[in-house]
Amino acid sequence: MQYLWAFIVGGGICLIGQLLFDVAKLTPAHTMAILVVAGAVIDGIGWYEPLIDFAGAGATVPITSFGNSLVHGALTELKRDGWIGVITGIFEVTSAGISAAIIFSFLAALVVKPKG
Amino acid sequence: MATKEAQRGAYKPLSMSPKEYKAFAKNREPARSVFKNCVRAFVIGGLVCLIGQGVQQFFMAAFHMNERQAGNPTVAVMILISVILTCLGVYDKIAQWAGAGTAVPVTGFANAMCSAAIEHRSEGLVLGVGANMFKLAGSVIVFGVVAAFFVGIVHWLLGLGG
Repeated sequence: MQYLWAFIVGGGICLIGQLLFDVAKLTPAHTMAILVVAGAVIDGIGWYEPLIDFAGAGATVPITSFGNSLVHGALTELKRDGWIGVITGIFEVTSAGISAAIIFSFLAALVVKPKG
Repeated sequence: MATKEAQRGAYKPLSMSPKEYKAFAKNREPARSVFKNCVRAFVIGGLVCLIGQGVQQFFMAAFHMNERQAGNPTVAVMILISVILTCLGVYDKIAQWAGAGTAVPVTGFANAMCSAAIEHRSEGLVLGVGANMFKLAGSVIVFGVVAAFFVGIVHWLLGLGG
């Protein structure tokens, strides 16, 4: 059941992205920026966590979850350390994704020749 | 017929104002079916998340993590898969077909970084790879961080967190 919801919710978020491409005629960079901000705002009002509980990877794999994680780190440290936590906590949760992307991309660039 | 049009296409822009050219180019753009693109984005995006769910279940079962703890390693694995597919030149082929289906998941973020890094490798490690890696992906991080900052400030002002 979890797999079905992951498929539907994940697909739905990609569908929204496609609509932003095709109907609103936005560039991919604009679309991604909008989705990330949307994820951040949705987590700000507290709706993203329930979505993750409901859809699992359907909510954590799309880029919206990046915005969600940024806000989450900020809010966690805000609770713990006060206002300075907003700055120090932003990358707390997302570091896995960003670090992995940087490290793997760098290693890839060392060994792979560009194609096409 | 086709050659005639190609000729017109080749010669006409010289005598056209930018505005006219825009209208001219728009006329000739292949009509893309929004519906078909949306179906593709939904199916491929759903499949990517389905794979992610499989990876997540694996982490939950193998390392006794709960759903939220398993989220981070899952994202890292998805990024690794995406980087490997990018290196093999497969990801871009899928992406051409799937549109937002491969761009919206975090794999698309990794693909943007990885392809920028590989593409600029010839300019050197520091000036090429280091400086260009975030060329496409940077806007996501910038806007995400700025949005997260303001959401955090709003929470702080409303006294929800502190």
